[in-house]
Parts: sequence; structure tokens; C-alpha cells
Amino acid sequence: MEWANQLCENRQFGSKMTDSKYFTTTKKGEIFELKAELNSDKKEKKKEAVKKVIASMTVGKDVSALFPDVVNCMQTDNLELKKLVYLYLMNYAKSQPDMAIMAVNTFVKDCEDPNPLIRALAVRTMGCIRVDKITEYLCEPLRKCLKDEDPYVRKTAAVCVAKLHDINAQLVEDQGFLDTLKDLISDSNPMVVANAVAALSEIAESHPNSNLLDLNPQSINKLLTALNECTEWGQIFILDCLANYTPRDDRESQSICERVTPRLSHANSAVVLSAVKVLMKFMEMLPKDLDYYGTLLKKLAPPLVTLLSAEPELQYVALRNINLIVQKRPEILKHEMKVFFVKYNDPIYVKLEKLDIMIRLASQANIAQVLAELKEYATEVDVDFVRKAVRAIGRCAIKVEQSAERCVSTLLDLIQTKVNYVVQEAIVVIKDIFRKYPNKYESVIATLCENLDSLDEPEARAAMIWIVGEYAERIDNADELLESFLEGFHDESTQVQLQLLTAIVKLFLKKPTETQELVQQVLSLATQDSDNPDLRDRGYIYWRLLSTDPVAAKEVVLAEKPLISEETDLIEPTLLEELICHIGTLASVYHKPPSAFVEGSRGVMHKRLPARTGSGEGTECPDVGNAAGGSAPESAPSIIPSQGDLLGDLLNLDLAPPTTTGPTPSTSGMQMGGMDLLGGGLDSLLGGDIGGSPAMGAGFGAAPAVMPTSLNAPVGGGLGDLFDLGGGVGMPMGAYIPPKTVWLPAMKAKGLEISGTFARRAGVIQMELVLTNKAMSVMTDFAIQFNRNSFGLAPAGPLQVLTPLGPNQTIEVSLPLSTVGPVMKMDPLNNLQVAVKNNIDVFYFSCQYPISMLFVEDGKMERQVFLATWKDIPNDNESQFQIQDCHLNSEAASNKLQGSNIFTIAKRTVEGQEMLYMSIKLSNGIWVLAELKVQAGNPNYTISLKCRAPEVSQCVFQCYEAVLKN
Amino acid sequence: MINSLFLINPSGEIFLEKHWKSVVSRSVCDYFLEAKEKALEPEDVPPVIHTPHHYLISIYRDKLFFLSVIQTEVPPLFVIEFLHRIAEMIQDYFGECSETVVKDHMVMVYELLEEMLDNGFPLATESNVLKEMIRPPTILRSVVNTLTGTSNVGDTLPTGQLSTIPWRRAGVRYTNNEAYFDVVEEIDAILDQSGTTVFAEIQGVVEACVKLSGMPDLTLSFMNPCLLDDVSFHPCVRYKLWESERVLSFIPPDGNFTLMTYHVNAQNLVAIPVYVKQSISFFECGSDGRLDVTVGPKQTMGKTVEGVMVTVHLPKTILSINLTATQGSYTYDNGTKLLVWDIGKLNPQKLPNLRGSLSLQAGAPKPEENPSLNIDLKIQQLAISGLKVNRLDMFGEKYKPFKGVKYITKAGKFQVRT
Repeated sequence: MEWANQLCENRQFGSKMTDSKYFTTTKKGEIFELKAELNSDKKEKKKEAVKKVIASMTVGKDVSALFPDVVNCMQTDNLELKKLVYLYLMNYAKSQPDMAIMAVNTFVKDCEDPNPLIRALAVRTMGCIRVDKITEYLCEPLRKCLKDEDPYVRKTAAVCVAKLHDINAQLVEDQGFLDTLKDLISDSNPMVVANAVAALSEIAESHPNSNLLDLNPQSINKLLTALNECTEWGQIFILDCLANYTPRDDRESQSICERVTPRLSHANSAVVLSAVKVLMKFMEMLPKDLDYYGTLLKKLAPPLVTLLSAEPELQYVALRNINLIVQKRPEILKHEMKVFFVKYNDPIYVKLEKLDIMIRLASQANIAQVLAELKEYATEVDVDFVRKAVRAIGRCAIKVEQSAERCVSTLLDLIQTKVNYVVQEAIVVIKDIFRKYPNKYESVIATLCENLDSLDEPEARAAMIWIVGEYAERIDNADELLESFLEGFHDESTQVQLQLLTAIVKLFLKKPTETQELVQQVLSLATQDSDNPDLRDRGYIYWRLLSTDPVAAKEVVLAEKPLISEETDLIEPTLLEELICHIGTLASVYHKPPSAFVEGSRGVMHKRLPARTGSGEGTECPDVGNAAGGSAPESAPSIIPSQGDLLGDLLNLDLAPPTTTGPTPSTSGMQMGGMDLLGGGLDSLLGGDIGGSPAMGAGFGAAPAVMPTSLNAPVGGGLGDLFDLGGGVGMPMGAYIPPKTVWLPAMKAKGLEISGTFARRAGVIQMELVLTNKAMSVMTDFAIQFNRNSFGLAPAGPLQVLTPLGPNQTIEVSLPLSTVGPVMKMDPLNNLQVAVKNNIDVFYFSCQYPISMLFVEDGKMERQVFLATWKDIPNDNESQFQIQDCHLNSEAASNKLQGSNIFTIAKRTVEGQEMLYMSIKLSNGIWVLAELKVQAGNPNYTISLKCRAPEVSQCVFQCYEAVLKN
Repeated sequence: MINSLFLINPSGEIFLEKHWKSVVSRSVCDYFLEAKEKALEPEDVPPVIHTPHHYLISIYRDKLFFLSVIQTEVPPLFVIEFLHRIAEMIQDYFGECSETVVKDHMVMVYELLEEMLDNGFPLATESNVLKEMIRPPTILRSVVNTLTGTSNVGDTLPTGQLSTIPWRRAGVRYTNNEAYFDVVEEIDAILDQSGTTVFAEIQGVVEACVKLSGMPDLTLSFMNPCLLDDVSFHPCVRYKLWESERVLSFIPPDGNFTLMTYHVNAQNLVAIPVYVKQSISFFECGSDGRLDVTVGPKQTMGKTVEGVMVTVHLPKTILSINLTATQGSYTYDNGTKLLVWDIGKLNPQKLPNLRGSLSLQAGAPKPEENPSLNIDLKIQQLAISGLKVNRLDMFGEKYKPFKGVKYITKAGKFQVRT
């Protein structure tokens, strides 16, 4: 009878036969029922029950309550059941660590099983159970499996080392697994080699300075052999690893390239792109006159083109990388313009990327084709794409001089369509064309003016206003036009306000008689009715210029502007070099170095392209050395900032955006000139008022908060009042700077006494030192060096003690610091060991810096991100502190903290308690989130800090205390 | 490496999650869903999204989003390729890739995902290796399994897993030994208003269906291999021999696989098999327009063009259309403004024509954009590039296999601008 029952039941199962049945049981007591089934004697019923449990788990239901029952099913010779139980274990072991221990014995036993599949499965699963207690038991089986006779087990064990490292890095090092892993690179089986490389690469990522993947010609040779035989995924790991190697000379470089080239024909696009990375990097070392160099260049184009016929997501990544490649080596794809033509049903993200590359490849030879395409795109449906197409036409005009006329007429055609956003974009780009080709196309101004009323976007309005101001003498009714904008001055965006101010001042300087009233109006709007510090400052500068010395004003405001150069939006050469080394990675998609955005990857080694080195002197051509870096100044194209930055900048003179500090000789020269001109002019203009305070000059380009403090005397009608007001409202106070302490007493340093402190001024970390010579003889030749420290602090320049320090003399020096030095964790975390040298000896001392000087200015997190991050950081990482005897109210506290770049993001009041939520970003990218509880009348604050790197919490707390109490 | 996978349907519901490292809360998908809301079409969701602590890399395929979560610097192409591999695996195992199929086989999909990735590193992605470890479902096997209690999971080490030819299992036996190759070429082209080719290239692929016993070693040669601009091979192809002799030499996987893909982008070699005469115009005033499209054969090498279909996305402001087709039939969806004209075979004597009037919504301005026409077509027994297989030789086995080659040309992304 029982047999019949079972058959009946099985039929039932058989009749539905799909897993969707597992989702139908939603009634109460489901867990209870499953429990009963799991404990059933019948094997089949057990398996079905485990399947149901797994199914619930996969859709996100919580079935952790069944843990003991499921683990009981683990002892089985049925492989499928075993695998299912393992799946369950991996998911829930973390939440039930004590129960998970129950499973250990079975694992250890399975690692001895005669079947290699079981051995591998056991070691693989064990590594996935992220419970500390279990990892201890894992070591012995893992050691055996790493030396297993079966390569399948070895390759699984290799990955397991990476897993274990993720859970407990120290354990992996102590147990010597890293060395075993390194040995596996020489394994006879290519799959084992590939996995060992993958595991080591992953481990190396969290140990940037360790020399885990110690590549030498022998190991490279082994990797290249394995490359031919391992799976496609293994090939990716090996190629990415090869890319980190620097060949000794051009011969080795060539031989590696030759062996990597066949990978360009792989069906897997990731293999292809990784191969491209290796080739792009190693090519750098080949002499350009080598035949092979040319062959290699030719071989690179077809695979890149082929990537563009793959799925759109692959195309996108390929296009982002091609964008880098064409900047580095335009010759590779110069004949392939057509493959970047846009198809109307490409996804928008592909369209935009293609457009970008089309502009990069545009040249005199193909400009006609490109323009025809762009005109076509300008009539498409997608607004973003159309806008970008219109901009692209402008960029063509600037890039290819011969085409400028055609571009302008195309743009005029487009303006005639009267499609609002097309007109606005066209005006924005025409402004740039005017800049590039002065006095050539101004005849179109009339057409532009017709469209004045339809402009509703700030950028277009600002561009139009710039044009009107710049060519005021040619536009009869320029004053009327500008006046019409002035009516809604306060509703305009800052960009437009600034531009309007400048334009009217220009107009006034050109036609002073008719426009006096207008200029007064705009100056008073900008200075007295606006609370925007930029606008106010610019207003005051003009005001003073105009009232003190109109001639100088004319020289400054109407100065000849530097020409903008042909290439736009180029990536700065050193960054480009680094990105070329990261082809195929996320960095290449975002066009940012990995250190800028991969969380916690502080101290990531900046990769550089290798320099060209000849193996024999004879082969080297004389100019090779010059071209080696690829960043030789004469070949570096100069850069203009993207459109957005152009207008906002003061007086349109400081044209280089802050990010591109590359070799831009012409523009940077002008920029300096501009600053000097202003600085000099201002000194003479405002000298008396300022009282010679040096802060004025220094703080000029930096935080406007410095301005009010430096203007001590009342200056002109109501000015002082305004500034006072500014100082009182919302103006953050300066960062907290601890008082100077004696770091090195004279007794210990043969008469040299050093005291000092640290400060963060305008985003720059400074070590402020006072050197006193208490000895009898003169001291010279000072130099300073830091030991490796937790945050990579290092002097950004030499110690500037230019004159010898005589006996009993004291000198104050401030040393700017950078945070890109070598990193080593110190105890305490903020400890800094310093060596100072002079003509007498070398002295060592150590000091502790306030961690607040590492708080960066952009540490204000978005509210939403804050919430998500707060939730995301495990509770174990939270630490609580008490700040006693603090008598500030929450407002004052928040203001005070903001001065040290501790930003209050939100505030809420719960039962008389005020809760402040704050964020801090450290210079190495670590975020610290804080919750500050302030109770009215209670001088004790409670502060909770959450951070992914909880070891910084103590230091951060100390800063809070220091800032709030000082 | 890859941390987690989420499968998401078009309405934004997560119906499967798999974690290969620690569990990542599914709330991370909110960033993706936000981007999805912003995108006009599901195809437009950006494939790489940066969130404060993770990267989300996704593909849209078979009306499903495959979303992976990664935490460290990983090659995005690697992730995207892998996601496509998952979709192919589901297709391969269950005949189609859809939400229903995944839900019906939830546990098996989960087991498969576990086999495909270990700690985020790819483990077994070759179809034949997977199938040895986890047998694909068949109706018969499910019945047998439930009756006998045997399982779908193999308990021997898959042979392909470690050999230097992981794509082929040992001990293959067939009573009929056969090897068929399909040369499929797709024409990607953009033609402008006047019919001039703006851009054209051919994407070719050689699909193979090889059912041969033992360890056959095949050599396939072409009459004119110099046509091919860029080639990508299945890992089984010996690259050195291709470099030196321009022949494909390989030990094939068992069953269906893609032997190679290639590219012909020398413009003069790309024949355009049809021409399209079209005009879509709107009157300056009033609310009417006209559409007139004629399709005719051009360079067809004497073959018949069939399966011709013209698709047009009409402007959003169209109210209704009134057209007549001299051949085939057309459908028009007023919601999506999609006009599809299914022509069928092209008869050179009597050219198919579609014409009639378009009316705009009252008061709507003349549309700014010009709709493009998308052309579909098929030509049997012709590889439009002229590529021809010369011969196929087999070594290593004694029997004589059946061999066959088929050619077909299709339109890929074939667009005509108006």
C-alpha cells in the first residue's frame, strides 16, 4: 500500500513537472510543512523539499529558519541533493554561524573523497561560507587541495584562496597560501595557471604595494604558453596580468606582441579588448620605423571595427575605449569613419558615443561626409542626440578650418528651422566659432538676434549675451537688447547674471555716453541685491575698476582674448596614458583613473606607458627619446574647456579649466598674465582699502569667505555693511587649526628646535613649521622627508628655507603636502614620522596630525546617497562617543564643523533631541558618516560614526572634539 | 569579479537573484530601476551604472534585463559577455529565454548559475560541459526521474572541463555522421534619399551543425578567403594555420556552434540587392501628407529576393493613414506609429508599391524629423560577398560523413533615409 501511495504522489509531481509549483505554496504554516518534509524518511520527498526551500530562497523569501533541517540532509551520497544543500548553506551560514559549524565535519570528510568532483565541490563551497569559525577548519583541506593530483581540484582550490583572503587576509598570509598560489603559475595545466592568475590579481587589488604578481621573463613565458590553451575567461585574466608587465627592451616587447596578436581574432570581445590593451601598451616601446610597428597598427583596426557589430552593450564599452585609442593613436582608425555613422535605431548611449568619435576622426579629407551626416542627425527625433549633433557641427568648424564656412551655413540653416532646442544649441556653438575665427562670420549676428526671444536655456542666453557684449559696437540696439534681459535679472541663473554683468560693462566701455544708467543699474543689482558671492565680487571688481581707472578697466575687460584651439574635450595626456593602460576596465568606461572612483583603492599604483628602450643602440633613431613619453610639449594639443566652463569664468580670461593642468603653454601663459594683470591692478586700486593684507591676493581665486575678513575698513557706501552681513549669515568659519607644539626639542637635535602644526587652507594641506636655531653655528641645507604613513602624506615640494639660519634666528616655513605618497598603516593612525636634515645631521621626530586636515571640500554627500550608505555599512562598523561640556547650539556646531569640511546634510528633531546627520570625505576617498545628538540644555553630545574603515572613527571623533571645543 | 545577478522583467520586478559572494541587498537595483524609468525605451538603459558602492552592468535581451553587481575593478566586457552567455545557456537548456521558462525551472537555473561561476570567476560556460554536469530537462526524463529517484545532476567529472579541447566531450557516437555548414551574411547599410550608399558592410557568420563520432579533425577551405577583412573564430580553430594557409582547421564541438564570424567592409564589394524609391512629404499648410514607396531588385546575382519587409516609424503627430499596397499587406499600429509593409517575394516585372495619404493631428505642425525606412529581406543560396566554401576534409576518423553547405543572405541593419 505504501508503495502505491508513493507512486501516486510521484505522479502528482510528474504531472506538473515544473518548478513554478514551488511558488504556489503561500499559505500560512509553509515553513512548518517544509520542516516536516525535510525530516521525511523518503529520499525523494526530502529532495523535493530542499528544492522548494531553494526556490523560495531564489525569489528572496527568508527560509533561514529551516537551517538545522536542511543541514541534516547534507550527509548523502546523492550529488544533486548535496549540491542543493550546499547552495542553501552558502546563502544562510553567515546568519547562523553556530549552526554552520555542524556542517564542518562533512566538508572535511568530502575533501578526502575519492571522487575529485566531490573534493572540488567541498573546498569550493567551504570557501563561500563566510564564517570565521569555519575558515579555521578550511586551512588544512585547502592546503591538500592546492596540491591535489587532479587539476580540476587544484584550479578550484586556487580560487578558494582568493575567497579566503577576502574573509581573512591575515590567515592566508600566515598559512603561506600566497606562495603556494604563486607556485601554481608554473602548473602544467593551463586552466590552473589561469585561475591562479585570476586569484592573485584579485588579491593584489587589495594590496596595491605587494609584489604578488612578480612578473619576470620566465613567468611571462609560462603565461604566454597557457594563454593559447586555457578557456576564454582564463585568457582575459592572463592578458590583463600581462598588461602589468614592463618588457626589458623592444625585442621582448615585440615577441610578446607577436604572441598576443592571435587573440585579436577571438570570438569573445573581452578577450579582444584585453589583447588590444596589451598591444597598445607594448607598442609604445617599439621604434616607429620598425616594419613590425606598422603591421601591428594595421592589425588593430579590423577587430575594433568588428566590436561595433556586436550587441549594443558591448558596442558601448568598445566605443568608450575606442575614444581613448583614437586620442592616443588616431592613425589606427583614420580610414574607418563610416563605421561610426549612426543608425536611427541604435540605443541613445551608442549614438552619443559614436558622435564623439566622429568628431575626433574628422579631418579635411572626410569633413564633407561628416557634415552631411551631422546635418542628417540634426533632424532626428531624440532631443539629446540632436543637441549633440548641432554641437558637433560647431566642433567641426573649430577643428577643420577649411570647413568652417560650410559649418556656419549649416548652422544657419538649422537656425531657420526654428526648432527651439536646435536654435539654442546652434547659438552656443556659434559663439565658439566667433572666438576661433574673429572678424570673419560676424555678418550672421543679425540672424542670431532675431532669435533672442526664443532662448530659454541659461547656456544659450549666456552665449547670446556674450555675443551682444562682445560685438556691442556693431549691434545698433545692443543697449536695448541687454536692457531687455536686465528686467528679470534676479530670475536668471548665475551663468546668465555673470555674463550679463560682463556684457553690460563691455558695452559701457565701448559706448560710455549712452549706457551709464544701464551699467549703474546692473552694478547695483549685482552688488546690492544679490546674495551670490561670485556675482557680488565680480560686481565690486568692475565697480572699482570703473570708478578708479576707466583706462585700466578697458585694458582689463576688453583685453584681447586668447584663441581657442582646434581640439576640444581632449583628455589630458598623462591621464590618457594612464587610461590606455586600463583599456577594457571600468576606468576606461568612465575616463577616470581607478584611484578616482574605485572605493577604498587608495594607493593604487598609477600605471604608465613604458618608455621606449632599444635593445641595441644602433636600432634607435635619434629623435626616439623625444617622442617616447608621447607627451612632448610640442606634440601636445592644447585644450579648451567644455562649453559650460567657458562662460562662468571671470572676465573670460582664465580659460584653462582647473582639471587640465597639462602642458598648455599658450593658454596657461595667458591665464597667468590675466591673473597678474588683475592682481596688479587691484593692488593699486584697492591697496589703501585693504590695508595691505596679504590674504587678499592669496584668497582671491579661492574661497570667497576670505574676502570679508580681509576688508577691514569700511569701503564706500554700504560695502562694509554688506560684507559684515555676509560674514554673519551662513558664512562658515575657517577650519580648525591646532596650536603649534614643539615636535623636536633643541636638546635632541643639536640645537635645532622644530615646532609646528597642520592646517588645511583652500584645499591644500600644509605643514606649518617654525625652525629655531638654538645652536652657536649657522644652519643650512634643510630638507625634509616623511616615512610611509596611513594616508600617503608626502611633501609636495622641497622645504623652502632659502637663507641660512643664523644662531638664535627663527624662521616660519609652510610646506604644502600631497596625499599621493606611499601608504602604510600607522599606530595611532594619524602618526607621522618625519626626518629633517640640515648641514649638521639628520633628525627624526614623530607627530600626530588632526585628521580633519584630510577632510576634503567635496565631502557633502547627497541625502539619498547618505541614507543608502548608512544602511549599507554594517552595524559592526558603528562606534559611539561622548563629547562633554560643549555649549554650542546645534546651529553653531554645524557651522563650526562645516569650516573643517564636516558637512551637515540633514537635521531632525525627535523628542527634544536634535539629530544632525553629517558626512565627511577623506582625501583617500573614504567616507565617514556621522549622527550627532544634541539635547537642549545638556552640554554632552552623543556622536555615532559609521565608516567602512572603522579604524578612522577614533581619530575623527578627536577632531570633532577639537573643532567643537575651540 | 561578478558579485550578484538579478533577473528583472520589463515592468521592473526582480524574479531571480543569485549571489556568488556575500549577499548584496536587492535594493541596489533601485538605481537601475531609476535609470530604467528615465529611459524612453528599455533598450536605452545605459549598460554601466555607477552607484555609491557598486557598479551595475546590465544587458537587455529577450525582453529581460540581466543585471550584475560588481564591487571591484572588473573588465565590463567580460561581465557583458558573461551575461549574454547566461541568456544563451537558458535558451540552450529550455528552448527559449523568458521569465516563464526561468520560473518554471528556477532550481535548475540556480544550479546552473552556480556551476557557471565560482566566487565570481567563470567556471564552466561551455554548453557541453554544463550538460554533462546538469542534464537538460526533457519530458521523458522528468517522468523517469520522479519515478526512479535518479537525478539530473551528473556525478562524474565532466571530461571537457580539463582537456585542452574543453569544447568537446569524449566518446561521441552517431549512427549517421553528418556535418552541415550555413554561411549566413547580413548586410548592414545606410542609403540616403537618392539611393546612394552612405555606408555598407557585411557581417558574416559560419554556423555549423556537426554530428560526428569520435574525435574528427576537420579542414574547411574557401575559394576566396582574401575577401574577409576581419575574422573571429571559435576557440577550436587553429589560428596559425589560418594565418599561414587561410584554411580553417579544427576539432569541432559536438552539435551546433558558431565556427567563425567575419566582416567585409570594403565598400565596393558590398552589393546592395534592392533599391527603394520613396517619398514621404507633408504639405506646408494643412494637415496632410503623402507617402509613396516602391521597392525593386538591384544587384541580386540572378537570385530571387524574398521575405521583403519595410518598417517605418512614422512621426508622433500622425493621426491616421490611408494607404494601398499593390503587393503584400501592411499593418499600422497607431499607438507606436509603426508601419510594417510585408511584401514577400520581389517580382522584377511588377514592382511592389505602397502609396496613400497621411493625416496629421489637427493643428499639429509639420513634423520636423524624417522617418527612416528599415528594410528586411532574404536571398537563399547566395552569400552576397561572393564567399564560397571550397571543400571540407576530415582526418582522424575512418567513416565517411555526409557534408553540406548552405548560403543565405539577409538584411541586417539596412536603413534608407528619407
